[in-house]
Amino acid sequence: MAKYLLLKHYRGAPAPKNDIPMGEWKPAEVDAHIKFMNDFAEQLERNGEFVDAQALSPDGVWVRYDGEGKAPVTDGPFAETKDLIAGWMVIDVDSHDRALELAAQLSAAPGANGEPIHEWLEVRPFMNERPNVTD
Amino acid sequence: MDGIELRELVPRVLSVLVRRGADFATAEDAVQEALIKALSAWEREAPADPTGWLVTVAWRSFLDMTRSATARRDREVRFDAEPPAGAVPSVDDTLGLYFLCAHPDLSSSSAVALTLRAVGGLTTRQIAQAYLVPEATMAQRISRAKRTVSEAGVEGPGDVRTVMRILYLVFNEGYSGDIDLAAEAIRLTRQLAATLDDPEVQGLLALMLLHHARRRSRTRADGSIVPLAEQDRDQWDTELIAEGIDIAQAALARDQLGQYQAQAAIAALHADATRVEETDWVQIVEWYDELLRFADTPIVRLNRAVAVGEADGAPAGLAALTEIDGDVLRRDAVAAYLHERNGDLELAARLYAVAARNAPNLAERDHQTRQAARLNELLQRR
Repeated sequence: MAKYLLLKHYRGAPAPKNDIPMGEWKPAEVDAHIKFMNDFAEQLERNGEFVDAQALSPDGVWVRYDGEGKAPVTDGPFAETKDLIAGWMVIDVDSHDRALELAAQLSAAPGANGEPIHEWLEVRPFMNERPNVTD
Repeated sequence: MDGIELRELVPRVLSVLVRRGADFATAEDAVQEALIKALSAWEREAPADPTGWLVTVAWRSFLDMTRSATARRDREVRFDAEPPAGAVPSVDDTLGLYFLCAHPDLSSSSAVALTLRAVGGLTTRQIAQAYLVPEATMAQRISRAKRTVSEAGVEGPGDVRTVMRILYLVFNEGYSGDIDLAAEAIRLTRQLAATLDDPEVQGLLALMLLHHARRRSRTRADGSIVPLAEQDRDQWDTELIAEGIDIAQAALARDQLGQYQAQAAIAALHADATRVEETDWVQIVEWYDELLRFADTPIVRLNRAVAVGEADGAPAGLAALTEIDGDVLRRDAVAAYLHERNGDLELAARLYAVAARNAPNLAERDHQTRQAARLNELLQRR
């Protein structure tokens, strides 16, 4: 019983095996990809392992405090070299191995030519609650 | 009648339905429905016979569910509206439910969820909130678990060790929402101890009570950790401690030692010391040696190293630590503590910082960060 974040990157992840940008896929391939993602989330829910899934717009800015009474300072959009998160799934699973297994399944989403993308996904464990028995 | 008293009736009501021939999965849904109805219907006044009320309402729900299911399948109704007479559930029925819900074919999270619902009488929403997952996910987890146990079936007595492991998980892991999972685990373990004469179950109950007794003193108002040595022992619940010690001693007297009894013995020795200086660390080390016979895990070895450090001095504790792999959770924290006790503050400060980075939860990370900061300040003043 532990939560994991499966992070999908627009940029910053190692290059996938099937590295053709989505805009260059055939329409049916795009449909197949989207169906795969929806089915995956549905399957997670049926398994009782789904917590959350969100996609993020690529248009992010950096913001910081600039002193008392001053407007926030913004910077951006991100420089091309920066890591950029595309979205995430949160799963609640029994083991670390199960989290890896699910991430690998997600990474098999079909891309160009109907072949799996082999996309690299980042798997990050959540911080847990402190257990009652530690001493 | 409060929520807990109401929930205590759940295993009995469920057993009645199953005895009348209802299948477990549907019966469990029916009992849940009756429970939710009772929560609103009984708000002002509970009925004279709460169990009877629940059985009647649950049985009606069950018939409705079966009828609509059979109608869909275009089959004749299999059950009469009037339930067969008799069928008074026995203690064994409740025990059977524990075994079923902790079925070895289930994953831990599924067994936990099913136990809390079918034996504990919590609603799916309450369980979902306690484990911070969407209600739909928890509903699926529970119905999947019910399918699994229905297919697997129960033959012969279940495995009480699995039941204990699940109850221990409920006690130890969960979030502090509306439902106090630790208190719920204690309630369910008490119920189990009342139906099954097993010294390990008594040991588990004692272990929970002894840890629960110290709960108030473990955390400051801001959520920060108070280590055992610094806890205000006046805040410990002496009644729970007395009960826990009594149960542990009665179990140990039967001379069938197991891991929960050994852990309870260690907890009892801590609880017994009114000041930290009075802690009998030598005996605690002996109990850790016993515990290793039943559960030789890195965590037990790590806790043993701490105890050895207190009993025989920090160098002995550090020596005990060398047998434990570097990647074991909280090893850095223990190493930092022992090196500090050994007078090597520079190394200890560095290790506290490493421990903070590897901490499994926020409270521990903040605690280790503060330890590192405390030592670094001390070192700068020198």
